[in-house]
Amino acid sequence: MTLASQATPSGRTAAAPAFLRNIVVDPWLFGIFAVTTLSVLVFAALPIFTVLKQAVVTEHGFDIAVLISTLSQSFVWESLANTLLLGATSALIATAAGFLLAFSATRTTMPGKIFVHGVALLPIISPPFVMALAVVILFGRSGLITRELLGIRNANVYGFHSLVLIQSLAFTPIAYLNIRGMLQSIDSALEDASASLGASRWTTFSRVTLPLVTPAILSSTLLVFVKSVEDFGNPMLIGGNFNTLAVEAYSQMVGYFNLQAGALLASLMLVPSMTAFLIHRYWVSKRSYVTVTGKPSAQTIRISGAVVVPLTIACYAIVLAILLFYLTVIYVSFTRLPGVDNTLTTAHYVTVFTAGFHTLSNSLLLAGIATPVTAIAGMLIAYLLIRKAFPGSFLLRWGTLLSFAAPGTILGIGYVSTFNAPPLLLTGTAFIVIAAMVVKNLQVGIEAGSNQLRQIDKSIEEASTILGASNTRTFFQITLPLLKPALFTSLSYAFTRSLTTLSAVIFLVSANWTLITVTILSQVETLKLGVAAAYCSILVFVVLAILALMQLVLNSTSKR
Amino acid sequence: MSKVIFSNITKRYPGVAGATAVDRLNLTIEEGTLVTLLGPSGCGKTTTLRMLAGFETPTDGTITIGGRDVTNVPVNARNVGMVFQSYALFPHMTVRENVEYGVRLLPLAKGEMKDRVDSILETMALAQYADRAPARLSGGQQQRVALARAVVTQPKVLLFDEPLSNLDAQLRERMRDELRAIQLRLGITSLYVTHDQSEAMAISDRVVVMRGGVIEQDDTPLNVYSRPGTGFVAEFMGKANILRGTVETVDETTVRVRISTTVAFTLARGPRAFRPGEAVRCVVRPEHIRVDPDGAMEAKVRRVVFQGAHVEYLTEIEGQECVFLDSDYYRTGVAEVGQTLRLSIDSRPVWILPETETASMGKAA
Repeated sequence: MTLASQATPSGRTAAAPAFLRNIVVDPWLFGIFAVTTLSVLVFAALPIFTVLKQAVVTEHGFDIAVLISTLSQSFVWESLANTLLLGATSALIATAAGFLLAFSATRTTMPGKIFVHGVALLPIISPPFVMALAVVILFGRSGLITRELLGIRNANVYGFHSLVLIQSLAFTPIAYLNIRGMLQSIDSALEDASASLGASRWTTFSRVTLPLVTPAILSSTLLVFVKSVEDFGNPMLIGGNFNTLAVEAYSQMVGYFNLQAGALLASLMLVPSMTAFLIHRYWVSKRSYVTVTGKPSAQTIRISGAVVVPLTIACYAIVLAILLFYLTVIYVSFTRLPGVDNTLTTAHYVTVFTAGFHTLSNSLLLAGIATPVTAIAGMLIAYLLIRKAFPGSFLLRWGTLLSFAAPGTILGIGYVSTFNAPPLLLTGTAFIVIAAMVVKNLQVGIEAGSNQLRQIDKSIEEASTILGASNTRTFFQITLPLLKPALFTSLSYAFTRSLTTLSAVIFLVSANWTLITVTILSQVETLKLGVAAAYCSILVFVVLAILALMQLVLNSTSKR
Repeated sequence: MSKVIFSNITKRYPGVAGATAVDRLNLTIEEGTLVTLLGPSGCGKTTTLRMLAGFETPTDGTITIGGRDVTNVPVNARNVGMVFQSYALFPHMTVRENVEYGVRLLPLAKGEMKDRVDSILETMALAQYADRAPARLSGGQQQRVALARAVVTQPKVLLFDEPLSNLDAQLRERMRDELRAIQLRLGITSLYVTHDQSEAMAISDRVVVMRGGVIEQDDTPLNVYSRPGTGFVAEFMGKANILRGTVETVDETTVRVRISTTVAFTLARGPRAFRPGEAVRCVVRPEHIRVDPDGAMEAKVRRVVFQGAHVEYLTEIEGQECVFLDSDYYRTGVAEVGQTLRLSIDSRPVWILPETETASMGKAA
């Protein structure tokens, strides 16, 4: 209240400071803002700080000796080094592959672009460890390729080499989409201008095209790196002795009940994640020459002839590898005991729909609740941040950014340690799982919403208020309908991620509320590959069906 | 009564040093009149309009509408209508839904609501487009929807933020006349912002010329054009020659000003005081100069621009530039650069300004 009592030098009495006036004008919207900000702080920032605290403070208070003894253990540094090595390798390979695909798809006469595009997107809509499952089936001890085809008895599929292969393939689509978007938004007139000045195709590529997409290449590398650091399912399944921070933190927590070591490892994950994220946000994105609007500018295909052949072969190699992995999973889901008894069966599906039905419906229910909450909250936060300057906006902005940049592992551990006692006793409930899903996926909606809002003429909202509508009404009747494309982006992303997420929720599931991804993981660990494959196939099918349905709804409502 | 009064309104933007958008502005809009704020970009006209709308809060001063202090009243409680530069039609609603939007927020019976919407759609010749999306209308039709939506709630004050700037030249004139006709018919107090001086003169009861956040002149369109308070106003209100001269003689009713050895005017004096020998500036509009073989003034042609209806000459009279229009060129022929023309000036509409002007010049007392 000290703010209100400050006298203004000009002697005004009635007019409050501008920011206080914002509140007075629209108490409802401020109320929504306050509740949203508080929720973000409690469910995004607080758990992360709890983990950071646990990493250095034991139940006997801050004890430097304990910290040193944990830090002096070799597994800490080994897993950190492993994480960085894996992240860097996967990031480089996935970005290179993504660039290859994107360039071939936008600039050359490569045949079958729609096919390439479609297959390249598969990994985005499926749980990250579908790849790991396929690799075990294909290259494992009784693998279809290693044993059946090549007759290798003791193939060791576990370790760094498999992880690099899996993560590279799984994360190539991220780089592909990112770079493709930028390539599409580069006006081909620039490349034409270069050619008209007498530059060869190679000169045009290396002096014009490549520098223009460099920001997208850098940003893809950083994004894949963050994804790789965060990845839990693949290293868990296929890492073998190659432990990453996410896996080590999990086994310290769940295997050894060593909360402090788990918290410390999870906190260490923040360092590479946050570093890459901040570089991306404050350095790379500022160096962009073109803004990706999602609206492709006029593109003319310039590259044809002999050079397309090797590009096409390379692209198809990537795409066919992805396709092979997915087909393997589907094939195995219909196979009695892969590698041993290859007769076809539907038994695994029967298992899924009987014994596993509870898990499946739980997953759909929780993701189904989390999805609209995530999407609408994302739009609302975008509106509050872009259009309204309430005091304390920065808390909301940084809270959501933190939850996005932080790996799922730290969020999961944070939830377990923060919400295990009154007044926030949430462990074991559906609520805690939903909260984790919402918080982890919020940022994508906020970004999409913010970008769209910047393109919507502000006077459309002003027209609504001057006609007598409050800001709250304006948001729901004018802004939200205009944000529909961003809303659907957010809905699709939130649903896909909520259904396929693992790293955070693995700490949060309980007997009552378990999730399909967690079940798949345990099925693979117990080598029930057929059932795991059936779960994966159903998951991919459900995601595809829901996405198609959403697209249908979007198309039918946007026509008038 | 919905007279609008701005008293000592100042708007400063925080952070930027010296960013005073509007500086102690005093302005009255009489009931039922249309006042135009005119000026170059950055002069504070839009900020002034947005403060009346409620989108901006004055740093200092008060605004009243019909005697009620609205300085701190939120936008949606002011009962003000506005036509936006971009029209700001709701793209996801039909024409009818757009017009209905504000009416639905009023405490009206269903029937009356529908009657109001129907009648305004009829008035604006929009009835047949009622179920179309705004994107499927022409620019002029969109403009009418924007106006219909703004007036259907029967606001106390109507605001126009450069409403015609998105239309092509021909349509602009037609819509301008339409806007004015409807404003007069509804008798609604209006504030109109534009940077187009001819639009301002055509549509307004009063024109307020602004520069740098202050009012340069607040007057009728006729006076702003023919009796500009400052050199800035003279030049902003269409083409003007500002010729420097010296007062030769003053008597009870006239004043004689010498511009050059060959040119001098004898003008009606008006209320202003002059003393012989005083340096002054004469505002001469191009249309008041003509080619005249018997004229006293000799001018050297510097540039000739043929514009169809007339020829525009840039000439030089003893070191001073002078622009004029010749629409008789078909009889006299078009002069060439370097040629000397004899001109005569109609001295009745010439307006005299002092040599230097102070900041308070031209301000309404």
